Amino acid sequence: MANAIATAHEHAHQHQFDDAEQQHSASSLGMWIFLAQEIMFFGGLFLAYLAYRTAYPHAFVTASHHLDVQLGTINTAVLITSSLTMALAVHSAQLGKQRLLLVFLVATLVLGGIFLGIKSVEYSHKFHEGLIPGPFFSVVSGDSGQQQLFFSLYFAMTGMHALHMIIGFVAILFLIVYTLRGKYTAAYNTPVELFGLYWHFVDIVWIFLFPLLYLFGRH
Amino acid sequence: MFSSLPLFPEQASTMAGRVDALFFFLVGVSSLFSVLIAVLLVTFAMRYRRKHSDDVGEAVHGSLVLEIGWSIIPFALAMIMFAWGAKIYVAMASPPADALQVNVVGRQWMWKLQHMEGRREINELHVPRGRPVKLNLTSEDVIHSFYVPAFRVKADAIPGRYTSLWFEATKPGRYHLFCAEYCGTQHSGMIGSVIVMEPDDYQAWLGGSAPGGSVASTGAQLFTQLGCATCHQKGDGQRGPSLVGVFGKSVQLKTGESVVADEGYLRESILNPQAKVVAGFEPVMPTFKGLVSEEGLMQLITFIKEQG
Amino acid sequence: MQAQESRTNYLNANYGIRSWLLTVDHKRIGLLYLGSVTFFFIIGGLFAGAIRLELLTPAGDLVESDTYNKLFTMHGIIMVFFFLIPSIPSVLGNFLIPIMIGARDLAFPRLNLLSWYIYLVGSSFTLYAMVTGGVDTGWTFYTPFSTSMSNTNVIPTALGIFINGFSSILTGLNFIVTIHRMRAPGLTWFRLPLFVWAHYATSLIMVLGTPVLAITIIMVGLERGFHLGIFDPALGGDPLLFQHLFWFYSHPAVYIMILPSMGVISEVITCFSRKRIFGYEFVAISSLAIAALGFLVWAHHMFVTGMSVYAAMIFSFLSFAVAIPSAVKVFNWTATLFKGSVSFEAPMIYALGFIGLFTIGGLTGLFLSSLGVDVHVTDTYFVVAHFHYIMVGGAIMGYMAGLHFWWPKISGRLYPEVWARIAAVIIFLGFNLTFFPQFVLGYMGMPRRYHAYPDEFQVLNVMSTAGASILGVGYLLPLIYFAWSMRYGPIASSNPWRAAGLEWQTPSPPPTENFEVTPIVTQEAYTYPVQEVTVG
Repeated sequence: MANAIATAHEHAHQHQFDDAEQQHSASSLGMWIFLAQEIMFFGGLFLAYLAYRTAYPHAFVTASHHLDVQLGTINTAVLITSSLTMALAVHSAQLGKQRLLLVFLVATLVLGGIFLGIKSVEYSHKFHEGLIPGPFFSVVSGDSGQQQLFFSLYFAMTGMHALHMIIGFVAILFLIVYTLRGKYTAAYNTPVELFGLYWHFVDIVWIFLFPLLYLFGRH
Repeated sequence: MFSSLPLFPEQASTMAGRVDALFFFLVGVSSLFSVLIAVLLVTFAMRYRRKHSDDVGEAVHGSLVLEIGWSIIPFALAMIMFAWGAKIYVAMASPPADALQVNVVGRQWMWKLQHMEGRREINELHVPRGRPVKLNLTSEDVIHSFYVPAFRVKADAIPGRYTSLWFEATKPGRYHLFCAEYCGTQHSGMIGSVIVMEPDDYQAWLGGSAPGGSVASTGAQLFTQLGCATCHQKGDGQRGPSLVGVFGKSVQLKTGESVVADEGYLRESILNPQAKVVAGFEPVMPTFKGLVSEEGLMQLITFIKEQG
Repeated sequence: MQAQESRTNYLNANYGIRSWLLTVDHKRIGLLYLGSVTFFFIIGGLFAGAIRLELLTPAGDLVESDTYNKLFTMHGIIMVFFFLIPSIPSVLGNFLIPIMIGARDLAFPRLNLLSWYIYLVGSSFTLYAMVTGGVDTGWTFYTPFSTSMSNTNVIPTALGIFINGFSSILTGLNFIVTIHRMRAPGLTWFRLPLFVWAHYATSLIMVLGTPVLAITIIMVGLERGFHLGIFDPALGGDPLLFQHLFWFYSHPAVYIMILPSMGVISEVITCFSRKRIFGYEFVAISSLAIAALGFLVWAHHMFVTGMSVYAAMIFSFLSFAVAIPSAVKVFNWTATLFKGSVSFEAPMIYALGFIGLFTIGGLTGLFLSSLGVDVHVTDTYFVVAHFHYIMVGGAIMGYMAGLHFWWPKISGRLYPEVWARIAAVIIFLGFNLTFFPQFVLGYMGMPRRYHAYPDEFQVLNVMSTAGASILGVGYLLPLIYFAWSMRYGPIASSNPWRAAGLEWQTPSPPPTENFEVTPIVTQEAYTYPVQEVTVG
């Protein structure tokens, strides 16, 4: 207990800040700005996607039919649920309930893992169906180039999203370790809170990706 | 005037004078402002030079009137420049209907040109004086840019797209042709000449060597060779739409949308026929990608244009 | 004096290589950047020298075409990404922003150190690409040349620029949070030094623009590696999409280079006029206006790509619009001298030089915004001259002004004033001789990136090369006397210029925590005469 207090105090604030409140508001502003740059980062990909979808609507619809809507839907549900568990984790942390925090972090970790697992199953299907852009791309039709473009963007966008998931996955592992060490208290839980923002952002990106890639063109 | 040290490019097209007039206006306004700033800086710096090491300046805070003034006046001048520049740009983008046409294909590192009458040239372009000439540009590999300083015109040649530029030469002579978009090793070797001739000389030059036939007739031959004609005939009940008179018209697509049948659409329909299928037809046309060169495509398109 | 020698400051607080490589002190990190950007400035400068030597004669006789193409490519990449973009923000911004706002450090000191390491990793990739054969795409990486045709080290270079981008993003993020959250009591937004305003605007561009470049450059790498077809017309891709994405970052990047410089000029002009800046609010807000409008003008690099006439007009209009806040700044600086108490130390000479050169650079920007004239001069030496007036005449003059101005604060020593004035004048003259003839060359039609050129362009090219050699000497001098002054320069007092601003109210060099007591600000910026405070 004494140890926990000492840790909390040590985390009270770093030397450049006047107090813990200033430190917290600085960290959270920093995270929001980081997310702003993330939006611009994905924005470039979304722009490329929209430009080509407008230019080649037919090829994009055809290519989109190769995607597995069922797996995509399951994954969407998994990810939204993980956002819920993450929100609950943040809530628990703010109330200082360390056991609940741990439970929800582990749940988020598991759900994130399931998402990545399903995603890799999907990728391997695409691999076996010859839908990987490049020399082994196997769609034969007049607009195979345009369809390949769809898959290039599909892999770029979902791949970049998956990379963010993997980074998040690793970050949760750290959060779990620190939770086990009792670092997060009702007074100090900024990392959990900020990671929650990140995790919701990654979730929101998927909420855009799913209809754009899987659903459009299906009526 | 400056035989050893030329400082100004020759004016050899109708556009050159217009561009230069705006240029001189810009030089005038810029000089005025540069001199104004320089004079003020020097005057203030001298007049208010520190006399004693403890001197400080007067606490002048600013002046709203001045701020508004030196925002609005430059803005008004900028709008003159904007409108003037835009006017010239619109003129540059609007070739006269009666312009002679030349197809131009850029590749690393040469320009391949073909006159409508069929005569081909490499890195040289012969044109008559006093007649508008429109160049239709594309590229086989990377982006190039067709630039004739004496005419003050320039347009990128972009793979997979058609762009164009036009000019009307005013003075017989030989002028630089440069590639202005960096295109690899021999970029600076991708140069040539535009040769402006008196109209009679040009006619003589054009008829001088016997070409294989006009661009349109070569296009017509290709049209038959590639088997286009079997589906795209005149009349109804064909597998493909008739191409007579289609150029420049709006075409109803299967999806319900419509597109204007310009060079870009015709090109896309040859290379990627499924992209925009005309209403009432099945997507049965195979792609001709790899079967026809960039020049061949231009010849086909020229042929389809002339059928209109 | 004696007391000053023995007092603990950020330089003598601890010693040894570890204390530098693991430092989280923003001042030391600023110096780490100073060392690394100087290294890249020298490399980039050597490439520039080689380019100018080649262009001494019309024939391409000094180096092969491929070598020449690599020279100008690497000159551009190094100068833009590894010198100009980090220069003022990462060196002077890092050093000064916390001090100017009365903070003990940036909000995220470890992140700040990480930014420097990211810069090192990024630049190492680029150095590796250079040493193992170089890259020849031009710093603009235009597709499809960069993705399908060039057979040089595009991927490692692109990777280097991608990685380095995060250094920029994190620095920007750090500045924004610091400026928002860590200002000293009483330091309201409209009491901030204009240097801080300029860096705030710059940071916004870094954070919002750089990620777009990052993703674009990733797409180029992927396309080149796996032939995805995103920019390849043969597969339905569009090479012009690359240009849109590239310039969406790279035009605002010009403002990343010039805005901090403008911030320096505002500080220097006021100090050497001993006077409040004329129209503080207008100078401050114009930085934000430039940053905002700067995001809306990218397609003016593409007027000859066959874009729609209406789109061209919109981008032309907006390009004129962005000129207005720049003009407002120039007028306000000029008016600041009015009724001032003007003296002409080296920083002031650089600042006055900046105003002159930036004015020319800005005004020639109007030529390029005018659609009809742009068609003729785009991709010629006119453009080369224009952006060198902005980036060298503007950004580097500002950087030099700032280095001299704050050198006593950074090093605790004075530089030799006479030599510094001589160098400033040499740089000003050499610069003009190098780049003014290029305006003429450009209007005559000499395209940029030409290894060989027609004979009639030679005289002007010789002038330009002669100017470059003078400019080279000009840059060499500060390198020498700054190094000299670090050891032999006279000890500087806390406020040798008798300038306003919090950074002058702490000792030179400052202690690790910047201030012994957190300052309380009760005045607007640039209030003269300065209340003499005795420190140290």
